[in-house]
Amino acid sequence: MAKELNGRAPDAGTPLLEVKDLEVVYKTDENVIHAVNGISFSLNERETIGLVGETGAGKSTTALSILRLLPERTGHITNGEILFRGENLLKKNPAEIRLVRGAEISIIFQDPMTALNPVLTVGSQVRESLEIHNYDNKSHEELDARVDELFNLVGIPADRKKEYPHQFSGGMKQRIVIAIALACQPQLLIADEPTTALDVTIQAQVLMLMEELKKKLGTSMIMITHDLGVVAETCDKVAVMYAGEIVEYGSLKDIFSGEKHHPYTVGLFQAIPNLDVKTDRLQPIDGLMPDPAALPPGCKFSPRCPHCTEQCRSGIPSLYENEGHRIFCNLYAERE
Amino acid sequence: MGKYVLKRLLALIPTILIIVFVVYFIMELTPSDPGTLILGQNASAEAIAAKNAELGYNDPFFVRYFKYILNLCKGDLGVSWTNNKPVFDLVMARFPVTIILAAGATLIGVVFGVLLGVLAAVKQYSGWDIAGTSLAMILASFPAFWIGMMLIILFSLKLGWLPSYGTDSFKSYILPWFTTACGFVASQLRMTRTSMLECIRMDYIRTARAKGQKERIVIYRHALRNALLPVITIMGMNFGAMLGGTVTVETVFTLNGVGTLLLASIRSKDIPVVVGAIVIIAVCYTLVMLVVDIAYAFIDPQIKARYLKK
Repeated sequence: MAKELNGRAPDAGTPLLEVKDLEVVYKTDENVIHAVNGISFSLNERETIGLVGETGAGKSTTALSILRLLPERTGHITNGEILFRGENLLKKNPAEIRLVRGAEISIIFQDPMTALNPVLTVGSQVRESLEIHNYDNKSHEELDARVDELFNLVGIPADRKKEYPHQFSGGMKQRIVIAIALACQPQLLIADEPTTALDVTIQAQVLMLMEELKKKLGTSMIMITHDLGVVAETCDKVAVMYAGEIVEYGSLKDIFSGEKHHPYTVGLFQAIPNLDVKTDRLQPIDGLMPDPAALPPGCKFSPRCPHCTEQCRSGIPSLYENEGHRIFCNLYAERE
Repeated sequence: MGKYVLKRLLALIPTILIIVFVVYFIMELTPSDPGTLILGQNASAEAIAAKNAELGYNDPFFVRYFKYILNLCKGDLGVSWTNNKPVFDLVMARFPVTIILAAGATLIGVVFGVLLGVLAAVKQYSGWDIAGTSLAMILASFPAFWIGMMLIILFSLKLGWLPSYGTDSFKSYILPWFTTACGFVASQLRMTRTSMLECIRMDYIRTARAKGQKERIVIYRHALRNALLPVITIMGMNFGAMLGGTVTVETVFTLNGVGTLLLASIRSKDIPVVVGAIVIIAVCYTLVMLVVDIAYAFIDPQIKARYLKK
């Protein structure tokens, strides 16, 4: 629907979003942190991609880069392209990127408790999005009606729009954040760990709501999470991130039931409990994520990898590719 | 809300009782002789003793204290020992000057302090920030009397633009306002900067930006309103402190404010004037603080909710 509104339907075959060789660093006085190191992925209309990985893998940085919301002084995009319907978002000036934010690409942040402004009513915060992108000069009443509609859409009684964020529970706040994000019917929704700060039952509710709305509105989505369960429920494609790189990329089927995997993905799966197999202990991945200010020279996962070889420590891992399933690991390199 | 205000107004009563007690007690510690003050040095010892007895000055401390409180309840602040005029009239004759001075200086402090503070915070580590914080340091370090004299030299003596004394017109207040405001600008600037820096790092600011909101509106609609609480506190404190008058500024610009009255009365041991002036100042100060607290409620809905519950 949003597509028709904007009247700029992309050609069939052009992905909605294409991230190419994105590199992001955070520069502080002490050091340079390499948060994202050359990642590439693409996303089609109505598709959902999951970015999975531990804290500090560069998932959120990727999300913020797409909307150019990185901290102004410290965060820098040093290389790469982010093409949204063929237009490079990184080349846009601040006024142009503002037209994209909220209208065509929206984001749901991790912590609903702090994502809403405490001194403004929730209704006015939802309405704000509509006012900013009110290009066809809707009247006050029309905007009000749309706010009510959005509240109903996310399952909050519209008469509560006059209330302030502190009067809502965490789950309800996240619903409001979702209403804000969906206000202008964006084509791409970035969900940055939307359920991490919520308790389990509420998590399920919010996820179901998002799924439902995604289907209803035909929105594409980037689902950032460290919860593989969430990925299995919501995603079409998965990119497993580690230390700022995508180590494995493929369809949901490739990742969940494919035969070949990156050792890190294997580690991630071993670290989640399985109802069918009786195990006394879960198997964690040994060691810690490398310091992003001093990354290992070869494969970033090599210090923790059970299959690590001399080649892994020094050189860039080779790419294994099979029908779009990509694994950056020497393990599957064709022996010459 | 009304209930809350009423509660706060009732709290004024014990506050005043304590203030009167403390002031009375301190004045008691230093010897004084109202008889001599009223009748003059040449009066006979008998006449002076008779006058002291008439004033009830020979009564024990607590008897005098309770008598004063009793009169206070009737709205009677007593009569000055030095010139026999009612204390209330004496203080009120001076009060408008002090209020005008305080209000103008506070306003200047808020306008310049908040604007420069926001600028310094939004452009942290830039030239604006360095200039702003340096200005705050300079303004806070120079004593008011020195700034006042320099302003007089420049604007009254050299340029002849503004009068250097008196309270005849709006113009004559300009130099005292800016002299007093220097310290206010400094404190407001630092407070606004710190508070804004905290607010612009909050998640809801990122949410506002993610909506595609313009940076200016993000700052003024989303950040500043959240940053205002400490700014308003400082504003109230500055204004409240000014109600007691500033002896230096009043002296430099020869203004007839409460500060000079209070100082003169303390010197001459004119206890009714001292206590009366302090009571009036204290009541006004408490009212200002009440206004500040009510202002909180209008800025922060969580505080409002708390007031409504009480």
